[in-house]
Amino acid sequence: MAIISANEFAAAAATETRREEMVYERPHALTNVYTHYCPGCTHGIAHRLVAEVIDELGIREDTILVASVGCSVFAYNYFEVDSCEAAHGRAPAMATGVKRVHPDKIVFTYQGDGDLASIGMAEIMHVAARGEKITTIFINNAVYGMTGGQMAPTSLLGQTTTSSPFGRDLRLTGAPIHMAELLAQMAGTVYAVRRSLHDARHIIQAKKAIRTAFEAQQKGLGFSVVELLSTCPTNWGMTPADSLDWVRDSMIPIYPLGDYKVAPELAPARH
Amino acid sequence: MTKQLLKGNVAFAEAAIRAGCEAYFGYPITPQTELLEHMSRRMIELGRVFLQAESEVAAVNMVYGAAAAGAKVMTSSSSPGISLMQEGFSYMAGSNVPAVVIDVMRGGPGLGNIQPSQADYYQVTKTAGHGDFHPIVLAPSTVQEAIDLTVLAFDLAEKYRTLVFVIADGAIGQMMEPAELPEMRPLPEKRPDWAVTGAKGRPHNVISSLFMGAEQLEQMNIELQGKLRQIEQSGEVRYESLAIDDAEIIVVAFGTAARVAKTAVKRLRAEGLPVGLFRPITLWPFPENELARLAERIPAARSFIVVEMNAGQMLHDVREVVGGRVPVAFYGRMGGIIPLPEEIETEIRRQYAQVARTAMPMEARNGHHIR
Repeated sequence: MAIISANEFAAAAATETRREEMVYERPHALTNVYTHYCPGCTHGIAHRLVAEVIDELGIREDTILVASVGCSVFAYNYFEVDSCEAAHGRAPAMATGVKRVHPDKIVFTYQGDGDLASIGMAEIMHVAARGEKITTIFINNAVYGMTGGQMAPTSLLGQTTTSSPFGRDLRLTGAPIHMAELLAQMAGTVYAVRRSLHDARHIIQAKKAIRTAFEAQQKGLGFSVVELLSTCPTNWGMTPADSLDWVRDSMIPIYPLGDYKVAPELAPARH
Repeated sequence: MTKQLLKGNVAFAEAAIRAGCEAYFGYPITPQTELLEHMSRRMIELGRVFLQAESEVAAVNMVYGAAAAGAKVMTSSSSPGISLMQEGFSYMAGSNVPAVVIDVMRGGPGLGNIQPSQADYYQVTKTAGHGDFHPIVLAPSTVQEAIDLTVLAFDLAEKYRTLVFVIADGAIGQMMEPAELPEMRPLPEKRPDWAVTGAKGRPHNVISSLFMGAEQLEQMNIELQGKLRQIEQSGEVRYESLAIDDAEIIVVAFGTAARVAKTAVKRLRAEGLPVGLFRPITLWPFPENELARLAERIPAARSFIVVEMNAGQMLHDVREVVGGRVPVAFYGRMGGIIPLPEEIETEIRRQYAQVARTAMPMEARNGHHIR
């Protein structure tokens, strides 16, 4: 039977203490509140990734969020950064006003598919055309979430929603809009990529893209946008797990992940 | 400073610059485009913010962003463009951010035309956007006043954290007159505490017009209405009166219509007709107490005639104040037509003859003439 002396115990405890290190905590750029997002919704993941990037870049006190209208309408309650709440679709215009007044700050919009690709199409295309030095986080979940599951411009063909009860019909409402590809065409865009939040590997890739997008702004290169394929279990009528599978199996084939524009200044160095 | 010959639209722009306007966002629309053009050159020369937006919708939201960021900001447009901006005005009112708007009105409804009009009196003073709010509304009638009121607009916007409109019509925007510009003011060195500037060493600021709880939104509205009452009661009401001490007929008009009416009043006074002019300069707050006192104080006042370049809009504000006591007649031209002094003289003579027949019922004397 081993007898552990008091000294030995204290030494072991000290070793134990040294081995304790924080591996996961709330980012400083997130407020300490519960969000209103539904179970299984990936907005929470997207918020966290953005907040982690803000922390890692050390820009929390220099960052200004322009929130939009949709499920992320309360984003200003969740990000511990100065924030404005724009009218529906107008976040890029409002962000333009903020950035032109504060060219030394980091300004980003956080917009869903109805906000960005439907009512706000003009504003997003024009920030890209102007090369406005802002960053847009674009959440594409193929549905209007806040209003209860109506068809979005990014809804898939055949997708049943509360306003396309017979499935989205190409002849009636056209085809899904591919924003990352579209925005990549604009001269002022320096970074336009699509990522997905449906599993850990893709979440890590998404975070890298968000970081690059913010770095593009820090470097003053132009407009940067990250489209994130996201879930909406509530309005899709699926379990959270099935929703993740639906992103992988149904959305990614229509919305291929990839880099649609990466300015040379942002390309990883080749060895 | 000496007087120089200035076009109204250029005067608005240069006055804004000298008042300390740091950022301007706009979209071309006749008859105010020279304002945007002047800004496009001068603001860039001065290292300030100028941006031609992709639409009035975008322009007003850029203004909202710049105002939220704490800058002294302005936009300008004309009637159809103002319609497009109304959503943004409402958001700005709901989040208490200051901004200045120059509205050089044109004929409507619809695409209408590009001639001078006052048909947006309701739009600006009553319904500048959805929800319960009023911007402060200033109405110049000369190029000099366009300058002076634009400078005042920036001061009032900042003082009350509110929207201030300066409304003119195509005539004032396009005409050239000798006028004196103020000295250039220095730009502010620091941003207001409430603005979004980066949450450095303080909790984060939020600029939002969203208040989900009914009680919360009611409280916000109570505070907003309190601010508006404060504006009404803080001596911000402005007006001009001319020859009203013994007037039996008082013409009420603003902007270009008042300018023409002034000529008519002067001519009739020269003939010995007891007529005066009351010109509201603040359309909101409306000089209702002053107008009511006028109706009470001047025993001779037997009738008011409102003259506008519309179908009768400010008319109803005048009637609300004095309508029960004295007849309030109306003369208006629409479609972008500026009435001639002779037309107004004829109308005054007719009303003078009618009110002389005192047995006439009030309703019959509330004449309404639009051509």
